[in-house]
Amino acid sequence: MRQATMENVPESYLKYTRRKLLMISLLILLTAVVGVYAINAGSADLSPAQVLMTLFGVEQGRFNVIIWNIRLPRVLSALVAGAGLSVAGCVMQNILRNPLASPFTLGISQGAACGAAVAIIALGAGSTGSTGADAVAINNPYLVTFSAFLGAMAATMVVLFLARFKGVTPEAMVLAGVALGSLFSAVTVVLQYFASDVQVASIVFWTFGDVSRASWCDLEILAVVTGAALFYFMANRWNYNALASGEETAKGLGVDVEKIRLTGMFLASLITAVAVSFLGIIGFIGLVGPHMMRRILGGDHRFLIPAASVAGGLLLLAADTVARTVIAPVVLPVGAITSFMGAPLFLYLLAGGYGRR
Amino acid sequence: MILTVDGVEFSYNGHPVLRGINFAVARGEVVSILGNNGAGKSTLLKCLNKILKPQRGSVLIEDDALYRLNRLQIAQRVGYVAQKYESTRFTVFDAVLLGRKPHIKWEATAKDLEIVRRVLKQLGLEAFSLRYLDELSGGELQKVVIARALAQEPRVLLLDEPTSNLDLKNQLEVLKTVRKAAHEQNIAAVVVMHDLNLALRFSDKFLLLKNKTTFACGGMEIITPENIAGVYGVPVAVEKMGAVPVIVPLPV
Repeated sequence: MRQATMENVPESYLKYTRRKLLMISLLILLTAVVGVYAINAGSADLSPAQVLMTLFGVEQGRFNVIIWNIRLPRVLSALVAGAGLSVAGCVMQNILRNPLASPFTLGISQGAACGAAVAIIALGAGSTGSTGADAVAINNPYLVTFSAFLGAMAATMVVLFLARFKGVTPEAMVLAGVALGSLFSAVTVVLQYFASDVQVASIVFWTFGDVSRASWCDLEILAVVTGAALFYFMANRWNYNALASGEETAKGLGVDVEKIRLTGMFLASLITAVAVSFLGIIGFIGLVGPHMMRRILGGDHRFLIPAASVAGGLLLLAADTVARTVIAPVVLPVGAITSFMGAPLFLYLLAGGYGRR
Repeated sequence: MILTVDGVEFSYNGHPVLRGINFAVARGEVVSILGNNGAGKSTLLKCLNKILKPQRGSVLIEDDALYRLNRLQIAQRVGYVAQKYESTRFTVFDAVLLGRKPHIKWEATAKDLEIVRRVLKQLGLEAFSLRYLDELSGGELQKVVIARALAQEPRVLLLDEPTSNLDLKNQLEVLKTVRKAAHEQNIAAVVVMHDLNLALRFSDKFLLLKNKTTFACGGMEIITPENIAGVYGVPVAVEKMGAVPVIVPLPV
């Protein structure tokens, strides 16, 4: 019996890793199903079959416009932004060694929103030229994104400084995040006093996340940035695993801790900045996604990183679908729904739930 | 000699912590670093894998100058068991597989898995391989951490107080594991120790540190009442219990 266990270690281990892969595959499948449902849900009287046929180009009917121009960008935005925010939270929790870390709880999302507001008002990248119903069109997505990134990086620098030189506790770090968030929100409010009505409308939009705003072009930028960062995170999965065992252990295993930490925070901020630029602030995805998957699959980043990104996409898509169907035709802000999911988890973690298992 | 330390000098913010450290370790030897709190034992250990970089002196691993190697190259030669290990939601197998990290390019190969299996067997941990670390006892966890360092296939193994927080049985087991690994795999083990009698029992060689520098270095012959009293500032007697030397503090 003992002999058998011993010889079967690699086999039983491979079985165990295959089970994790299976669970990630199931999660992807579930996400696809929810995706079709989300494209289907709404007032256009579509059927899932019609959705699929239109998507695969079999049917070129009257639903083409609705699906390709309205529903699909919305669904893809939710998936990509959710995946990005979730994986950003996952990596931040690892490199800051803080289970409460996420773009939203550390004030990085608020910093990005503030940066976007500056670009719209002070730099004129916003909607002054736009007319008619769509007041919040971004004239220059690159400038807004860049400015949002600077805002996000400002918050990130403070976070890194506190983590590295002051060695603050996870709880104190979150308090610092609250302070940063308030500061950036205050700057955004002050900016509104100097803005035209149209500009105010577009700033207010950044404080309420909404996944329906992204155009195909925005979505492309979002997908490229998130995809590239995800690739980098996956390439460093062993480094994150080493870091989870302690900083000195990681150094002993050949990890350049400072470089990994800076690059990771930089990319997590970049993802946040792009997501906030196009969709506004969406909270708690970066907290719920990784924690849910850590609970189910364990802390191994080889599986946690892909799982957290899929889970984040699924969560944001589900939240958005709930937001627009629960009291249709009224569409609730998706940020409110994600907060309903995230805030209780956050309180639980804060109450010490992350220490016990 | 597999490890040669020559004139290592380290200061922190202008305060000297170590100076004039010289010693050499042969293959298969276990060396204990002994000394009072604050004597610089852990600092010295960290100078041996470049977690800290001394201002002066050199360290040779076989024929390679340690301070010219990058972090990854060092990790391929030196295994390090830190004083503090964060217990994470990893399985034992995953935690030990992490020791293969310096050798893994993109994904673990069959060879890596085989090495992990062998190390787990060597340390009697096979039955635990799919248990989570946060479900293990202190002694089991310490063995896993040592297994991880052994999976690195290092030439030099550094351990910072590997027996603190362990009960007597586990202290003996862990040190026995270290000594066996050093002898069987013909590698050097450098261990920071607090418990003199455990050190005496499991080491081939001793490095006594006092006032930031080497007080004495050598085999059992340097474990004299004078040397121990000189290092720790406490009068002691060195007795023999059968074949095992024992240090007993004298009543003052």
